Amino acid sequence: MTRIRFHQSLDDLKEKLLVMAGMAEQAIERSTEAYRLRDLNLCDQVQAAEPGINRLEREIDQLALDLLAMEQPMAVDLRFILAVIKINADVERVGDQAVNIVERVRDLYTMPPLDVPVDIPRMAALSGSMVRRALQSFIDADADMAESVLTMDDQVDAMNAGAYKTLGAIIQEKPAQAQYALDVLFIARNLERVGDHATNIAEDVIFWVRGADVRHHLRTGS
Amino acid sequence: MGVGIEVKELNAWYGETHTLRSISLKIPANHATALIGPSGCGKSTFVRCLNRMHETNPIARVTGSVKIGDLDIYHGVSPVVIRRRIGMVFQLPNPFPTMSIFDNVASGLRLNGFRNKKALDEIVERSLRRAALWDEVKDDLRRKSGASLSGGQQQRLCIARTLAVDPEVLLMDEPASALDPISTAKIEDLIFELKSEYTIVIVTHNMQQAARVAENTGFFLNGHLVEFDATTKIFTNPSDKRTEDYITGRFG
Repeated sequence: MTRIRFHQSLDDLKEKLLVMAGMAEQAIERSTEAYRLRDLNLCDQVQAAEPGINRLEREIDQLALDLLAMEQPMAVDLRFILAVIKINADVERVGDQAVNIVERVRDLYTMPPLDVPVDIPRMAALSGSMVRRALQSFIDADADMAESVLTMDDQVDAMNAGAYKTLGAIIQEKPAQAQYALDVLFIARNLERVGDHATNIAEDVIFWVRGADVRHHLRTGS
Repeated sequence: MGVGIEVKELNAWYGETHTLRSISLKIPANHATALIGPSGCGKSTFVRCLNRMHETNPIARVTGSVKIGDLDIYHGVSPVVIRRRIGMVFQLPNPFPTMSIFDNVASGLRLNGFRNKKALDEIVERSLRRAALWDEVKDDLRRKSGASLSGGQQQRLCIARTLAVDPEVLLMDEPASALDPISTAKIEDLIFELKSEYTIVIVTHNMQQAARVAENTGFFLNGHLVEFDATTKIFTNPSDKRTEDYITGRFG
């Protein structure tokens, strides 16, 4: 009763998710580049890509649902499909964060540029690196690599907290710059959420590979 | 009430073929325990050792110990006594074709010399109710033969016949594999109901069925008990690679 076709379908599911993840990753990169360069063309590209990400999200969910219903998977296969369903939602949300960022970039574009003391490109590099590493751990079924993503989240959270403090002070002290600071604050918040989604993806990889639930700081099992 | 089963170092042979190798496990009372594994892995032989049916084959042999509650079934106990305490239901329903529904259920008791007619009526009704068949056959008890029922009804009739002698353990060897999905669901519901009163051991090739009805599952392979654990553990995160490969269809 070897199930060659079923296991081929699992490979297809993984491949589709990776295509979508590549699109979401690119959207985040473009959105932060759009911020750095004040580039509306990049904003357009991010927004144009979103329907494609959404379409893939629906296709992946449907394929996963079909496999659950038709193949009744067990053990590592069951964990894989559950992980895919959850990673799928997180990847789609990464795409949404990119769209949120470019909406703020469009608003920023209407104002003269300001040099705010928050390093958004660095924060973007860190959260982007978390997403890449989480996805690589998914590709390689590498729970150790996934674990390393969890430790990176604290840095992004700290940067977001720092941005909140700095920009909050600007909003209070310089009302003329409040809208600009608020937009940047939202972008920092969006990048912090990207880090959270990467963390979720890494946790799902650990669940798939080890069968261990490490969410909410539960200890990892091997 | 059901009783626990403790198996220690059980080995079984058919002639020279060593079909069970050093099986040790504890089956808890009033639970359903599923046994899974590929054809020829030893799971049916194992259940046949639990009521000494294995030795009915002249070339078969068993060593080791099996305790049903406090009863050590391979030491100084008559197989007849054992089979009264341990009922068995087979893959294909096997009602006595010439007997009425009533007589099928009453047959075990009558064989044991039970003659109290009023008590017999009560036991037959109770057994058919426990087997979830009473409402479907109560008007035809003495009029229709067991063979006139549908396959699913026949299987529940066989379960009623087994329950009539009030066993403590119910062994089921692929009890639903010849039944349609509706009859299968009824048998599964029945297993769920019955385990409050009996200890149930079910052999099945249907892993979803094992997952649905049993709290614990054992995986047999080549005469070995590879893994025995909570069903949820076996089907979501088994400890042994061979179990995982089997239940995910990577071999078998």
